Amino acid sequence: MSAQYEVVIGLEVHAELKTDTKIFCSCPTEFGGEENTHVCPVCLGLPGVLPVLNKKVLEYAVRAGLALNCEIASFSKFDRKNYFYPDLPKAYQISQYDLPICKKGYLEIEVNGRKKTIGITRVHMEEDAGKLVHGGATIATSRYSLVDYNRTGVPLIEIVSEPDMRSAEEARAYMEKLKAILEYTGVSDVRMEQGSLRCDANISLRPMGAKEFGTKTEIKNLNSFRALQKAIEYEIERQRDILEEGGKIIQETRSWDEGKGVTVSLRSKEEAHDYRYFPDPDLVPVVIDPQWVQEIRDSLPELPDAKRERLVQEMGLSEYDAGIITGSRALADFFDQVVAEYNEPKTVANWIMGEFLRLLNANNLEVAESKVKPRSLAALLKAQAEGTISGKMAKTVFEEMFETGKEPETIIKEKGMVQISDEGALAAVVEKVIAANPQSVEDYKAGKEKAIGFLVGQVMKETKGQANPGLVNKLLKDKLG
Amino acid sequence: MDLYKKTAHELSSLLQKREVSSEELTRSVLDRINKVEEKVKAFVTVTGEQALEQAREIDEKRARGEAMSPLAGIPMAMKDNICTKGVTTTCASKILYNFVPPYNATVTEKLLEAGTILLGKCNMDEFAMGSSNENSGFFPTRNPHDLSAVPGGSSGGAAAAVAADEAVFTLGSDTGGSIRQPAAFCGVVGLKPTYGYVPRYGLIAYASSLDQIGPLTKDITDCALVLNVIAGHDPKDSTSAPVEVPDFTRYLVDDVKGLKIGIPKEYMGEGIDPRIAAYLKQAAAKLEELGAVCEEVSLPHTEYALPAYYIIASAEASSNLARYDGVRYGLRVEAEDVISMFCKTRSQGFGEEVKRRIMLGTYALSSGYYDAYYLKALKVRTLIKRDFDQAFLKYDCLLTPTSPTTAFKFGEKVNDPLAMYLSDVCTIPINLAGVPGLSLPFGTVEGLPVGIQFIGKPFGEGTLLRVGYALEQNTDLTKPKAQMEGVI
Repeated sequence: MSAQYEVVIGLEVHAELKTDTKIFCSCPTEFGGEENTHVCPVCLGLPGVLPVLNKKVLEYAVRAGLALNCEIASFSKFDRKNYFYPDLPKAYQISQYDLPICKKGYLEIEVNGRKKTIGITRVHMEEDAGKLVHGGATIATSRYSLVDYNRTGVPLIEIVSEPDMRSAEEARAYMEKLKAILEYTGVSDVRMEQGSLRCDANISLRPMGAKEFGTKTEIKNLNSFRALQKAIEYEIERQRDILEEGGKIIQETRSWDEGKGVTVSLRSKEEAHDYRYFPDPDLVPVVIDPQWVQEIRDSLPELPDAKRERLVQEMGLSEYDAGIITGSRALADFFDQVVAEYNEPKTVANWIMGEFLRLLNANNLEVAESKVKPRSLAALLKAQAEGTISGKMAKTVFEEMFETGKEPETIIKEKGMVQISDEGALAAVVEKVIAANPQSVEDYKAGKEKAIGFLVGQVMKETKGQANPGLVNKLLKDKLG
Repeated sequence: MDLYKKTAHELSSLLQKREVSSEELTRSVLDRINKVEEKVKAFVTVTGEQALEQAREIDEKRARGEAMSPLAGIPMAMKDNICTKGVTTTCASKILYNFVPPYNATVTEKLLEAGTILLGKCNMDEFAMGSSNENSGFFPTRNPHDLSAVPGGSSGGAAAAVAADEAVFTLGSDTGGSIRQPAAFCGVVGLKPTYGYVPRYGLIAYASSLDQIGPLTKDITDCALVLNVIAGHDPKDSTSAPVEVPDFTRYLVDDVKGLKIGIPKEYMGEGIDPRIAAYLKQAAAKLEELGAVCEEVSLPHTEYALPAYYIIASAEASSNLARYDGVRYGLRVEAEDVISMFCKTRSQGFGEEVKRRIMLGTYALSSGYYDAYYLKALKVRTLIKRDFDQAFLKYDCLLTPTSPTTAFKFGEKVNDPLAMYLSDVCTIPINLAGVPGLSLPFGTVEGLPVGIQFIGKPFGEGTLLRVGYALEQNTDLTKPKAQMEGVI
């Protein structure tokens, strides 16, 4: 980033709410399913139907708003956003316009050790549209397109930030924090790859110190953290190049081409829609009892920041480890559950940060999809602590647990992996190894400390890794004086 | 015995006494349809076979001694904007010419549960937009009292069907007078209930905040019986009022003593046919004779109702009708790309009046004009509602003409939309305020029926039925039927 410009970023994030049924009818919200099977006259917008608000949607929107430190409106309403598109069965989307359910919130991010508060302008409820399935490779080259309305009427919240971010890293940190909060509160399953969390970014540049905003562009549908960061970085460079050459930024909507690594124009301001918002006459205004809001507030779980603080203060984890573990509720819950069974937080954190995350990433799995249960990991760590198995064995056992979901005891038994800690049994092996490796014995005696490592390794080999390495070390040193 | 001529309550007692069967009755009405429909053209769809089958089922149930609602076995019809599962529902629009709903409207469900027999679907102005039935996308319905006159609109088919004895009763919908004005033109009873009293689920929307389903019947007693079936809270309709519904037949008492009735002066001035005004005075005199007190009252914002209505109704319509795009059902005109397909489908599928209102509504809601038109109209609506609130502090109900004129001739106003809009000037404010309005036949002018309108407090339907019943019991002016002989 050139010193003479300051970048201004605001994000609009759509999160699908994790309700069982749709926002205005009782169809299931379940992802997948055969096309057009999760539909009814109401979500298909057939002539004559009327929407009825799902109370759970309201509850989740309030819950998210409270977790984002928002004011909850005691009076709000639904409006219609009118536009034509084949996937929008009523040709309007029921959304909230001038009176959203939540406003004036904030969240805290941390980038390069610096904390920063990002304002949240509003959180509002709306319905999702359907999905077009093109007959060919792209929309332009398809002879026909089919519509799947399963997603139509799935409840969304749109979270609009203040233009408070000043770099792609901040935008990413905001998005990560937002994702964690939505996951902690349980209102969304925040799966970006399934589209249940989507992001549009508004980006503009202005001369350092200027108060006025520059002309902005909007990048639509960023569906991974990587895409978010890369697209913003690209767009900042693109805008800066234009400005430095004395050009003008055109206000437009752009999309991120992941393959080429560039943003491309979708439509300009001139083609922008006039949505003709007006209050939906089919829905009565939403009036909320403050008592109910309080009940929801009381039911909020410990949120990521508080949890991270606790992990550092009470469990002695590093800021970094605590940050990673609390970055996802599923991971943090996993950690808590292991610690509840095996109260060595640092060891548990090391295992989770090391083996567990490594295998999850390698297999592209979510925490929830893991076959290893917290109780089983705790059992494995106990076995290691009690000396039943060595640390190296533990890793082998864990890999198998991860693959098969078997209990550690079972694997240890099946493989005969019990550690040999019997001095008598090991002494014979040690004798044998000393006799077979005179050179190493000599080296050690001549002061080469390293040689003992080789001898330990040989004993381990003879015992198929089952010997207690500490004991072997001691026995060897005793023998060799 | 011409069964088709009788009222529902007369037929109900014949059915209960097993003097006639529902099948006989249904056949009688279907025969009547066969005989006069060519002239009247009240129906878009007649479901004769299904109706007879339904009637036989009801007869069997009755034979088994099952408990029956008072309307069980009575043949009825519905305006073609009320959804009927498996029966084409077109809104008299080319764009929905082949639409068969996979579900029933709540009122359809309620009427079928009550055992009524569905004869078919009645013609209307396309998407309920119009005051003469000349805007039907298919063909116009004629006034059974004079075939060269319009039946009114938009529930013209539903009103004509009752007037011509082609159905014992029908359901219409009323957005700005669409039940009451055709009821007046055709000489039948028409009620627009309080907004939210009758579920709208399954009523194909024209203007959601104004639309209300209501009955068209041969007399007040039938009106009460039908209202008993269709009114009540519906969990599928957020705007449905969560209130208890009384048995409306208990308001059928020949007594108006002590009732205070206001006559708004704004509804009696310029533009009102003096012969209609004279009938209105006659009705007031009769009510006073029966012990009511009638006084002049003022509703000062009345003159703004018409423009406010056309802004609000058109704005909502522009949005409600946007779903007819050729993608999922109804008409599709093939084209090279999706946008052209939308455009061609809508250009060819919608009629003139519908397009006019979509354009008007789109304009009124567009950015830059919203405040000047839509928002202003909402403010006017509040003022009009306040006028009624004020009047009802003092009066139990109000009395006005239903329409400024009797039924006009075909073609008379069709090229002058503003003149056409004026025919709803007495009914529109009632929809804006959300209060109930009842049109009762009261005399004729040159052989054409005159309607008078009673306006009630919210959920004050009982009072309207009471005054209507009292008039029915005490004057023959409420029965303009005899005039019709020889026309059809």
